[in-house]
Order: sequence, then C-alpha cells, then structure tokens
Amino acid sequence: MSKDIRIKKGLNINLVGAAEQTTSKAVLSNVYAIQLSDFHGITPKMIVKQGAEVKAGEPLFYNKNMESMLFVSPVSGELIEIERGDRRRILTLKILADKTQEAFSGAALDVEKASKEELKATLLKSGCWPFIKQRPYDVVANPDTTPKSIFISGYSSGPLQADLNYVLQGKEKELQTAITALGKLTPGKVHVSVGSASSPLSSMKGIELHNVSGPHPAGLVGTQINKIDPINKGELVWTVTPQDLIIIGEYLMTGKFNAERVIALAGSSVKAPKYYTTKIGAEISTFLYASGVNEENFRVINGDVLTGSKSKPDGFLGFYNNTVTVIPEGDDYELFGWNKPVFDKISATRALTFSWMQPNKKYDLDTNTNGEHRAFVVTGQYEKVFPMDIFPMQLLKACMVKDLDEMEQLGLYEVAPEDFSLTEFICISKQPHQKIIREGLDLLQKEIG
Amino acid sequence: MSLKSKLHELKLKYQGKKMAPAFNAFHTFLFSPDETTHAGGTHVKSADDLKRTMNTVIMALMPVLIFSMFNAGYQHFSAINGFPADFSLMNDFLTWDNFWIGIIKVLPLVVVSYGVGLIVEFIFAVIKGHEVEEGYLVTGMLVPLIVPIDTPLWMLAVAVVFGVVIGKEVFGGTGMNILNPALTIRAFLFFAYPTWMSGDKVWVYGARERSEEILAGANVDAISGETILGYLAQNKGAEMTYSVSDMFFGFIPGSLGETSAFLILLGGLFLIFTKIASWRIMLSAVIGSLVMGLIFNQVVDFGWVGESSKFYGLMSFDFWKHLIVGGLAFGIVYMATDPVTGSQTNKGKWYYGFFIGFISVMIRVFNPAYPEGVFLAILLMNVFAPTIDHYVVRGNIKRRMNRLKNATIYPKDSDGKAEELKAETV
Repeated sequence: MSKDIRIKKGLNINLVGAAEQTTSKAVLSNVYAIQLSDFHGITPKMIVKQGAEVKAGEPLFYNKNMESMLFVSPVSGELIEIERGDRRRILTLKILADKTQEAFSGAALDVEKASKEELKATLLKSGCWPFIKQRPYDVVANPDTTPKSIFISGYSSGPLQADLNYVLQGKEKELQTAITALGKLTPGKVHVSVGSASSPLSSMKGIELHNVSGPHPAGLVGTQINKIDPINKGELVWTVTPQDLIIIGEYLMTGKFNAERVIALAGSSVKAPKYYTTKIGAEISTFLYASGVNEENFRVINGDVLTGSKSKPDGFLGFYNNTVTVIPEGDDYELFGWNKPVFDKISATRALTFSWMQPNKKYDLDTNTNGEHRAFVVTGQYEKVFPMDIFPMQLLKACMVKDLDEMEQLGLYEVAPEDFSLTEFICISKQPHQKIIREGLDLLQKEIG
Repeated sequence: MSLKSKLHELKLKYQGKKMAPAFNAFHTFLFSPDETTHAGGTHVKSADDLKRTMNTVIMALMPVLIFSMFNAGYQHFSAINGFPADFSLMNDFLTWDNFWIGIIKVLPLVVVSYGVGLIVEFIFAVIKGHEVEEGYLVTGMLVPLIVPIDTPLWMLAVAVVFGVVIGKEVFGGTGMNILNPALTIRAFLFFAYPTWMSGDKVWVYGARERSEEILAGANVDAISGETILGYLAQNKGAEMTYSVSDMFFGFIPGSLGETSAFLILLGGLFLIFTKIASWRIMLSAVIGSLVMGLIFNQVVDFGWVGESSKFYGLMSFDFWKHLIVGGLAFGIVYMATDPVTGSQTNKGKWYYGFFIGFISVMIRVFNPAYPEGVFLAILLMNVFAPTIDHYVVRGNIKRRMNRLKNATIYPKDSDGKAEELKAETV
C-alpha cells in the first residue's frame, strides 16, 4: 500500500554539473580516515593504539557513553595517525591501507529468526549501528531506546545529490535484509519514501511505502516525518539513509563490514561529473582528479551544497556521504552587486533577480554570500520554502535566545539542522540557520535529555 | 592598481579599527563583499540581501517622489493663479516651473532626512562596532514623503535624530525596533509642532508666507491649501472642486508623497510582484478601511447622524474614496508593510492589516484636531503586532500539544544505565 505526499512549498536549486550516470571504480586510496566530526555528540574511547594493525571492520574505538557501540575501520591497514585538536579531542583517525585487504569477520545473522536483542547486539558490534540516527537531536540512535517508527527516504531532491534510484540498483537483497532487521527494532512501522515507482525500494516487503513529489525539501526525511507521523515530545524516530542500509544488509548476510559505496562526484568545477565506487573514508583526490577540475580556486564539499561540510582535495569521504560536490570559491568583490540586475544567480524574490523567469535553468553558483550578515528583517520568506507545520523564524529566534520552553513548544524535536538548509539558502539576512538549530538541539539535549 | 584592489587593501588596513564600519558602509555600497560561506552552513546562498531588498522599496518610491516634486509646483501655482480650466498633463503639470519648486522645496527635505539620519546611523555603528545597517535607506526616503511641504528643515532634522535614536537605535538597530522609525519621526513632528503639521496653511508652498504677509498688512489674496479631508472635517465638502480623477491621480494638496493613489498603487503592485512586501497586509488593510467606511456610510443612511453633526462630512464620504485621499494608500503600501514592526506570521498579517485600515478610517472621522489617522493607526498596530503573532503562534503550539495526547513513547530498554553513564561525563 502506498500513500502520496505532495509538497508544494519549497525550491529546487538546479545547478550545473549533475553527475552522469556512469560509474567508474576509483583508484585505491593509500590512506583512509574516520572523521569524528561526522558523529555529533559522540566522545570516542580508543580501542587500538596508534601503529596497530587493523582489519577491515575491526573496531577502532567505542562510544564513551555506551561501551557496546563500536566504530570500525573501513579498510585493513595500519592506524598511522590520531589527529587531535583542542584539549586532545580526537579529530581524525588515519589508516594506511594494506595492499591486500583482509576482512575482520563477524557472524552473519538470519534476520528472519533473530530476536530484537540479537539484532541490536550484532549491529552494535559490527560498527553498523552509527548508521542509525535518531530524532529528536539528530544524533546516533541510542540502542537502549525504542523508536515509534523508522524512516527511510529514497528520494533525493537536494541540489546535485546522488540519484538514489541509480546507486541502489542491484542491491535489493541487501536492502530487504536491512529493512527486515530494522522492522524488528520498532513496534511501529518502517516508512519508506520514494520519488518514483522505479526505485528499488518500492518493491520492499514489510514497509509502509510513500510516494513523495514536489520541490526540495520533499526528499529530506524530516519533511516526510512531519507529513507522515510528526514527532511529539518524548517520542523517538530513527532514520537511516538507503545507502547505509546496503552496508547493514551486507553485514547481516555475510558477517563482513563492506565500506564500499557508490558516490556522485558533481558540481560545476568538475570536468566530467559522474559516479565512482569507493569506500568510506577514502581520500577525495583518488576520484576527484580522475574527473578533472576546471578552476584553480574551488571548494570541495563533503556532501551537497546545502548540508555538506567543507573539505579539501586531500580530505576524506565522510561516513554518511554519498555525494562530493566541487564548486568555485566566490571570494571576489562585485561592483554594485547589491543593486544591479542579476541573471546568473538563484533568488527567491524578483527584486531585479530573474531566476523566476527560468525555473529549469541550471545555475553555476559560487560560495559568495551575496551580502552581509544582518539581523532578521524580512518576514514571510522562509514559510514559502518550509513545508513543515512549524514557524521557522520563531523557532530560530527561540534557539538564539535559548528559551527552552519555546524551543520545545515550537517543535524543535521534529527538526534537524538540514531541514533549515533551504531557509538558510534564501535568507536575506544571511543568518546561519543550521548552526543556530544545531546549537539549539545540543542545548535542549543537555538540559532535557 | 585597480579601484577594487585599492579598496581591498584599505579594508584590510581598517580591519578591527574603530572606523571600520564607516569605511565598510561605503565599500559595500560600491562592491558587494568578497565574503564566502562558512563551514557548517550552506555553501551557496541566494542572490538576495538586505541592500537589494531595501533598494527595491526605494525603486517603488521613486515615481512617488518625482510626482511629488511636480505636484509641489502645481499646487503652488494653482493656489496663486487658480486651477487651469483645461488641464493638460504636459502643459500644466510636467513643467520645468513646477519641477523647480520641487527642487527647492522637496529635494532639501530628502537631503536633510538622509544626511542627518545616516550621520546618526554611522555614529551608532562606530560606537557599537557593528556594520551600518540598511534600514535607514528606506526610512530616509519615506520621511520627506510624509511631511507637509513647508516643514522647516531644522524641524525635520530634530525629528529625524529623535526618530532614529529613540525609535530604532535604543532597541538595537534595524530589525529590533518596535515602532516604524519613519512614523515615529512623523508622530514626533505632529505632537511637537502641531501648527506646522495641520491646518490649511501647510500643504501648499507659499500659503504660510502669504498669510504672514497678510498679517503684516500686505494687500494680497490668501492662499488656501486645505486638504480634501480638511474640507470634509469642516463639513465643507461642497466647496471642494477636486474630481475623483484628481484624487486618484494625485493633483491635490497633501503630504508630499501621499497624493497620487495611482502611483502608489503601481508601487504596491511592484512590491508585491517582486515579493518584497506582503500582499496580505495590503489587501487586508484595504478591506479593513472599506469595511469601516461602509459602516459610516450606513450610519448616515440610517439617519443616525444628521447633516448638522460635525462628523457628517467625513461619515457621508463614499467609503471607497477614503482610499484615494489622504495618506491611507501610502501608509498601507509603504509603511504598514514594514516587516520589522508588522506582524511576522502570515495569519497575523491578515489581522494586522485589517485593523490598520479599519482604525485609520475611524480615527480620520473622529479625530477633532486633525482629520487623518493612518500614522496613528499603524503605530498602534505596531504595538499590537507582537500580541497578534503571539496568539497565532499559540495556535500552532496548541495543535502540537493536542497531538501529544496520542504520543507513542516507549520506556528505555535497559533500566537507566544509559543515563548513569551520561551523568559521569557531564
């Protein structure tokens, strides 16, 4: 049975440089890295020491708050560096890969017969658990809790994101295994949203299927949760991205943690944008230079242009990312940039900006802010691109003044920073919406838990 | 070396210095900055910023300003020589003589408003160390358009200082103020210098001088510059010679920018089309004023108010004509739609706008001293806007609370172990 969700409010950001649907194998990376910034709120406790040899899928560290939650190495090799920041906080773990890869073998599990406890224990041990994230707070799920439902978005509506229909092809078995397993972790439903019937996810069993359509953010899981089964205070919802389901499913079937992933290399600065098969933590240059770069001054983004994190060519593929975007830096002045007619940038207004005349035109945007940071002035703009039943500006202001009651009442439990990426994009006052929401969530979690 | 790199070097030189905001204000006026997006947010941003937004409003005000400059002369010469019998737009209105009066009477008001206001803004930006914000770009243009033509420049300067400091800066600058700064300036003028702001001698250039000459014993005719609302308030509607098309196109006396409902309508449509101003506020304010006007018309029709009543003139005025005389149209389009001081929720905007229209016409009819109420109505609703928003937001919260009754909350699997561990690390 499928249900339709039609989103009207939103904005598609059409950019130049979508990945062509051909997949190449990226050259093997010498060094792989696990970046702790991917796991928000997790304090790592190392299991292996610097210089130790690890196999692919062997635990590197555990969550200090929950010893059973293990984080594993994507490849076999030597842990050559533990990069630390302020107060010796661990930032990055670098592993020098072996020539011949050896897998750390765990035990496969028959998901049809396995109990909930067995499943949880397996996922925690295997390093697959961090793929499961929870709302509220948008952090790695706490295995001691039970979610009211689990959401999977199989629709990518964001700018230049990897096409999930393409990258999930041929992985039906892994997906089904993982979905069956997740179904046992919740007494509620597993909601799967797809953009079209051709999605490999639409044939899955044991799910509640939803067809979503409409502009971005229709594909964001937060939008779908809000429309299908919104989160209330005290409730928990878990979310997993479909490509992470493949890794979970493969582990449950074979007992091996396979960090392989098909990613999209996209963006206007890439000469030949296309898909690559690579592994979590691989050095970005291993596929970036295979496609070639147009400019000298560019920015590499781990993820898409709205929610990704800033990286470098010698940076590493993030734990959750299936897209790497490269766009030109915009660190240049523009004469009378504030009042001349604009034809080559996207705008949510028509104030001498003309993107409304060509909604399907593809734009080549750079990283310029197109204006300075200001206090909130204009109202009613965010609501046009924010489909949830939430007052976006009021919620942002509640987060800024740290009013816990208001934050709760206005629905902070329902949102993740990424849900505010589109309002941040169109913000006339250039406010950092995602940062404000992230800080609000952290405060709420610290105070209320 | 190019101008661009020269300015960039200067910017680096001033960085962190006290005068940096002042320099940056000029720099960003010439060049939009080279700032790039920060890590942890979106990497691309839309083309709109506050300067562009404010600039759009100023563009919408331009036709009104130019019209007011011609109208200043037209009203002046018509008051002396009588209205032309056979009105022709090119020969009687768009003439150099008329425009010259605009240049010597209207332009100085604009210059003083911007000059004084921006000096205050710069001083505050330098003292508080923040960038010069764009809010005053619009305020500075609105102020000359909502005052009578004979307003002395020193008076305007005093009012601008008061309005910018008390109306805006003490609250924290653009985006933080409660009352519309331009209307705060107007209210200050109205209450501090009432004789310069009302009556029949202030709306036409020359009227005041002429009456002073007469008082001194000169043998010349007095110039009357009564507004339409002024006529009506004195129940002298019959003496009025203005046609409906005069009122609509704006060939009437009044505050500088308010007279041409036609150009204001165009400006309003432009602002709605560019998605800068809220159509909800404009539409509901129009509806509100029509409703109040209709009620007054009905009161007259039922015979509850007779011709002898001092309210008769304004109450019997056709309800829709309220929109084309006085400052109502100007207030609705350019001042009620100020996003900072207006309602911020879409639903709240309907109530906010409706009451602005409704109360404007009400004050207009009942105010004994001054037959205009738009600026008071908007200031009043500015104060109430947060309250309106509060109830709209409560509605959303209530929906969320109702949903809470059906919440599905599962207890933790292991008995509180996770919490213990967490407590250790805090």
